[in-house]
Amino acid sequence: MTKSQHIDWLLGLADDALILGQRLSEWCGHAPALEEDIALSNIALDLIGQSRAFFAHAGRLEGAGRDEDRLAFFRSDREYRNLLLVELPNGHFGDTIARQFFFDQFALVRYTHLAQQTFDPEVAAIATKALKEVRYHAAHSAEWMLRLGDGTELSKARIQESVERLWPFTGECFEEHATLDAAIASGAMPDRSQAQTTWNEQVEAVLNQASLTKPEGSWSQKGGRDGLHTEHLSYMLAEMQVLPRLHPDAKW
Amino acid sequence: MEPYLCSESIHAMDLNQRFEDYIAADQKIEAKDWMPDQYRKTLIRQISQHAHSEIIGMLPEGNWITRAPSLKRKAILLAKVQDEAGHGLYLYSAAETLGANRDDLMDALIDGRAKYSSIFNYPTLTWADMGAIGWLVDGAAIMNQVPLCKCSYGPYARAMVRVCKEESFHQRQGFQIMLNLSEGTDEQRAMAQDSLNRWWWPSLMMFGPNDESSTHNEQSMRWKIKRFSNDELRQRFVDMTIPQIELLGLTVPDQDLKWNASSGHYEMGAIDWKEFFDVIAGNGPCNKERIAARKKAHRDGEWVREAASAYAQKMNAKASSNQTHAA
Amino acid sequence: MSNQSSEWPLWEIFVRSRQGLSHKHVGSLHASDATMAIANARDVYTRRQEGVSIWAIPAEAIAASSPADKDILFDPANDKVYRHPTFYNLPDEVKNM
Repeated sequence: MTKSQHIDWLLGLADDALILGQRLSEWCGHAPALEEDIALSNIALDLIGQSRAFFAHAGRLEGAGRDEDRLAFFRSDREYRNLLLVELPNGHFGDTIARQFFFDQFALVRYTHLAQQTFDPEVAAIATKALKEVRYHAAHSAEWMLRLGDGTELSKARIQESVERLWPFTGECFEEHATLDAAIASGAMPDRSQAQTTWNEQVEAVLNQASLTKPEGSWSQKGGRDGLHTEHLSYMLAEMQVLPRLHPDAKW
Repeated sequence: MEPYLCSESIHAMDLNQRFEDYIAADQKIEAKDWMPDQYRKTLIRQISQHAHSEIIGMLPEGNWITRAPSLKRKAILLAKVQDEAGHGLYLYSAAETLGANRDDLMDALIDGRAKYSSIFNYPTLTWADMGAIGWLVDGAAIMNQVPLCKCSYGPYARAMVRVCKEESFHQRQGFQIMLNLSEGTDEQRAMAQDSLNRWWWPSLMMFGPNDESSTHNEQSMRWKIKRFSNDELRQRFVDMTIPQIELLGLTVPDQDLKWNASSGHYEMGAIDWKEFFDVIAGNGPCNKERIAARKKAHRDGEWVREAASAYAQKMNAKASSNQTHAA
Repeated sequence: MSNQSSEWPLWEIFVRSRQGLSHKHVGSLHASDATMAIANARDVYTRRQEGVSIWAIPAEAIAASSPADKDILFDPANDKVYRHPTFYNLPDEVKNM
């Protein structure tokens, strides 16, 4: 893996966490129950924390003086490296849970490997801490998949629809991509087909238990890792970045 | 909780006497103890208003989470607003020990029947408002809340101990935002002053009407639900805050403010109580938006809450049928 | 009071703050099932590392003594001073007992 690929890869890890954390933070004050409001905020906080660790590491490796905030607030959507899945709007609670479920299962596979790999010890340290958090997130989203899938007729219909709508965005987790290929080759990332198999098994097990149907389609939307995003990301960044962009010299 | 049937030997008079004795001896009243209806009603009203204030209070600050200017600030603000949800939850729980029901309380809030702190009907227009709210609004809230840790009703007092412990981080993070702004660029300093101008008077109003026109003071003081008067607490807040404003290099938006050396207190200008009562009456800049947002969250969440209940019922049914089979 | 089916039942939460201490009541919350009650308790009552173990108990499953019986339950222990070690005078020669 070249240095620039290494940085690109780290930014992907950071961006996945930040963008999903930013999305989840939109729920704060608006969740279906007070207890769930607190739960979603906790997950958002974990994700933002993970992104900060990856940004800091990427910035140091790059050595160009960009800190976490420089990287988060002064890159355009074309420079963001996150999966399309995590930037999709929250929709209703079922949409948010389905998105979270797909991502958590991916994060679980990815962090399990990241915590063990020796290519980048700093990433291993971040991942070891994050893995505990992600296990909790995965339990939270899987529990909700069951409650919604096996709850009322209405909830079942809604969550099934969410699963189908989001399904085309899950393939990107395992896409073939030069940066990721290099990361896999150097042992930094898990073997693609093995990771995908694990993900598939876990996802299928939960969907079955929730009496939901796994979508058939194999088409997947891609582009996030190359900075080609959905229409949603630019809006999100416009909101997120407005203050630092408006006051570039300010410290907060 | 079942209203309890008293043993035949204890008459209402004795119960009331025992309650009064407890209060006089600074003993806590606990959930299942006998208490006068009016005491119970006063507490449910006050605790639920307090809980509503926490929940509605999440909205003006929640408004800036997605626009926080650094990742550290984003995390702090999110954790802070999350704490408000926790505080609301502790307080609803305390109200529930008195026989109230959270759904009913929530209904009263979104139907506009319940009150909450009117400060949250003001808009948050700049990032500096996150500073001013933490520093002034939470600061004023702490002034109000610290005495409540000693309130005569046990569950409320215990909830407040927890709330106050967490609240002090809120005030500090707010002050730090103001400090950073006041040491920052010209625009940031202007932002801080503008925010102070907008939040100063509403913060003073948070202590409630002047003592002579406050309706609930006397009885609440006697029952040790309330331990200091509105004016006492307001004065304490002003005396504590003015030096902090000076430290920030900002100007107090009160031309009549004077230091009175003989009393050792600041004398503040007249508060615009018309504005206060207008906002309480529902005419503040954001009353309707706040309630609408709460209502939407509650309604939008209904199918989710129902699904979880239905799922739990199914699981319980399954578990008990498994047990039958096993037996 | 309200019987809307969507309201989740109330759970009483007990937290062990560290190994070696017993669980202590910290408050209550709403949850649809036991798993959610534990998860919610974790998020609501241990955000600042207040605990290492959680019990969640359906509020309706708790049997409580009645406050009206406070006298008959607890006053009789008042005069059993001989249960306390300080009741017994020991000769000065006995240093530790």
